[in-house]
Amino acid sequence: MTLLAPSPYRVDAGGYYGPFGGAYVPEMLYPNVEELRDNYLRIIDDPEFQREFTQLLTDYVGRPTPLFLAQRLSAEIGTTIYLKREDLCHTGAHKINNALGQILVAKRLGKQRIVAETGAGQHGVATATACALMGLECIIYMGEIDIERQKPNVDRMRMLGAKVVPAKSGSKTLKDATNEAMRHWISNPTDTHYIIGSVVGPHPYPDMVARFQSIISAETISQLLQQTGRATPDFMLACVGGGSNAAGAFYHYLDEPNVRLVAAEAAGQGVTSGHSAATTALGKPGILHGASTILMQTEDGQVTEPYSISAGLDYPGIGPQHAQLFATGRAEFLSITDKQALDAAFQLSRLEGIIPALETAHALACLPLIGAKKDDVVVVCLSGRGDKDLATYTKHLDEYSA
Amino acid sequence: MNRLTSLFQHKTTDVLNVYFTAGFPQLGDTVPILKALQDAGADLVEIGMPYSDPVADGETIQRSNQQALENGMTVATLFEQLQGIRQQGITVPILLMGYLNPVVQFGVEKFCQQCQAVGVDGLILPDLPLEVYAREYQPLFAQYGLQVVFLVTPQTSAARVRQLDALADGFIYLVAAAGTTGAQTDMNADVDAYLSRTKALGLRNPTLVGFGISDAASFAAASRHTTGAIIGSAFIRLLQSTPASERPAAIQEFVAGIRPMANLA
Repeated sequence: MTLLAPSPYRVDAGGYYGPFGGAYVPEMLYPNVEELRDNYLRIIDDPEFQREFTQLLTDYVGRPTPLFLAQRLSAEIGTTIYLKREDLCHTGAHKINNALGQILVAKRLGKQRIVAETGAGQHGVATATACALMGLECIIYMGEIDIERQKPNVDRMRMLGAKVVPAKSGSKTLKDATNEAMRHWISNPTDTHYIIGSVVGPHPYPDMVARFQSIISAETISQLLQQTGRATPDFMLACVGGGSNAAGAFYHYLDEPNVRLVAAEAAGQGVTSGHSAATTALGKPGILHGASTILMQTEDGQVTEPYSISAGLDYPGIGPQHAQLFATGRAEFLSITDKQALDAAFQLSRLEGIIPALETAHALACLPLIGAKKDDVVVVCLSGRGDKDLATYTKHLDEYSA
Repeated sequence: MNRLTSLFQHKTTDVLNVYFTAGFPQLGDTVPILKALQDAGADLVEIGMPYSDPVADGETIQRSNQQALENGMTVATLFEQLQGIRQQGITVPILLMGYLNPVVQFGVEKFCQQCQAVGVDGLILPDLPLEVYAREYQPLFAQYGLQVVFLVTPQTSAARVRQLDALADGFIYLVAAAGTTGAQTDMNADVDAYLSRTKALGLRNPTLVGFGISDAASFAAASRHTTGAIIGSAFIRLLQSTPASERPAAIQEFVAGIRPMANLA
């Protein structure tokens, strides 16, 4: 990967995206973060790393993932919709792209143990998978509440040999699992690598994770060119919790102003309901998990607990790059309620035979809202499959029975 | 003169710094505990501003933070509580310690103004990056007479320790071992080597050791190569387990127990 031209949307030499980003970490984490910062580009740019990573993405993950023209959905919405099928990745979501990239970095840094956080369990499963493949010890922190509501993924992680540790502090969900993983890293600074699952955390994590997910837009460019004769869509849609699939889907289009970037945030029961995870609608600039970003917080600067029907989107912040995309207006952020997401999930299932993850359903729910014309090309990053959400979908089956 | 400067001019060994969380166990306990610590002979006091996501803290301080927030503690409330303490006989040097976000939301300059107004002497903001401090915060801290303390760990390189020492003007907070607050640090040969290695750097600031200091033995071991030590989690546990009515006596006993030799002298 070569350095791209200076862009207001990409990380600068100091680790910032405009006013967002940086590495706001206590001294206990400084050497770990510094080691990563000083080495990640050298490691990633190494041809041998690229060869190994590309081979794993091809032979293990199953890349390239298809770009699928969803004809019945297109007819229903009245535009031309392509689905970037990250749900067909091994383990069922885009998360594996990052987990494999980071584990290769960890190996080159001589680390023997991997620690990670997970919300819905998708990143935990991807990390446990990568650790099994590479023979590294794996410890996954997961909120005690999430462990109860995402049991199948907990079992998958255990089957893969990972140790799943309940995060019992604070609100016992994703942000607390992240805190616990950071605490573990503080206590084991030399032999452990922390695989953050999203484009959050201190620099260089947001940039490193975005680079590993940038394969999504890199493939989209060539596939779109092949199928439509043009490399750029009119719209690129993705959901944002922390924002890793969006970061990858947007990556090669950031400096293409003709591509409208649309990020779907979880509005939960409604932006103003008090049960929401719509970070840009409800948040303010602040500092969380080592980065300056936009986050949901009280007037006193305490981080508030978000809510969404989708465990992968109930994070109180967004990645610093997304904060910059929002602040500059480069990306449009739409708030999608639980109900809109459910509608979109059932619609896709019945029109295209694809059951999407609840997170992904938020991106699909943007389709009728963006004002796309019939001949516009719209790409939706179909970030994950919905098997893990069947229990939730099943509860609503009656509402969607003909 | 800043009370911290004055303290370290007069006292260069066995300095005891005690940490407690503002608004814990009860919202109104901040000033009574501060007073009790002064009466018991603590040399300086570190008041923690509670935060929802204290990543550098272990379970004990996490829980005290959570309880304090549930009690309604905020930065604004803390300043209200500290209003007038310097006129009411509180002379012990006071540091505020906390994570950056609540300070940023309060407004950094307004925060510094309030610190000066109530008589705070210094600040510890563990997640404030050094370069951000140098660029944006240092002039404000200087303007409002606030000294700054930086953390150093066994993993911190000698070059960076010197960099931190050059910018710090309160003291250097030596984290005893890799871990969060309240970890059961074994004051073993490794820790001793780290403290003596740091001493050999000849830092311009006093050094206080924290994380895992809980009793007379660990205090004495930590103080051997340094100016003194910091006790946090062990004191929070005392507050948790002591009824309010017995607190002043228990604090007296606790502080005396940490430095039995000083007590005899």
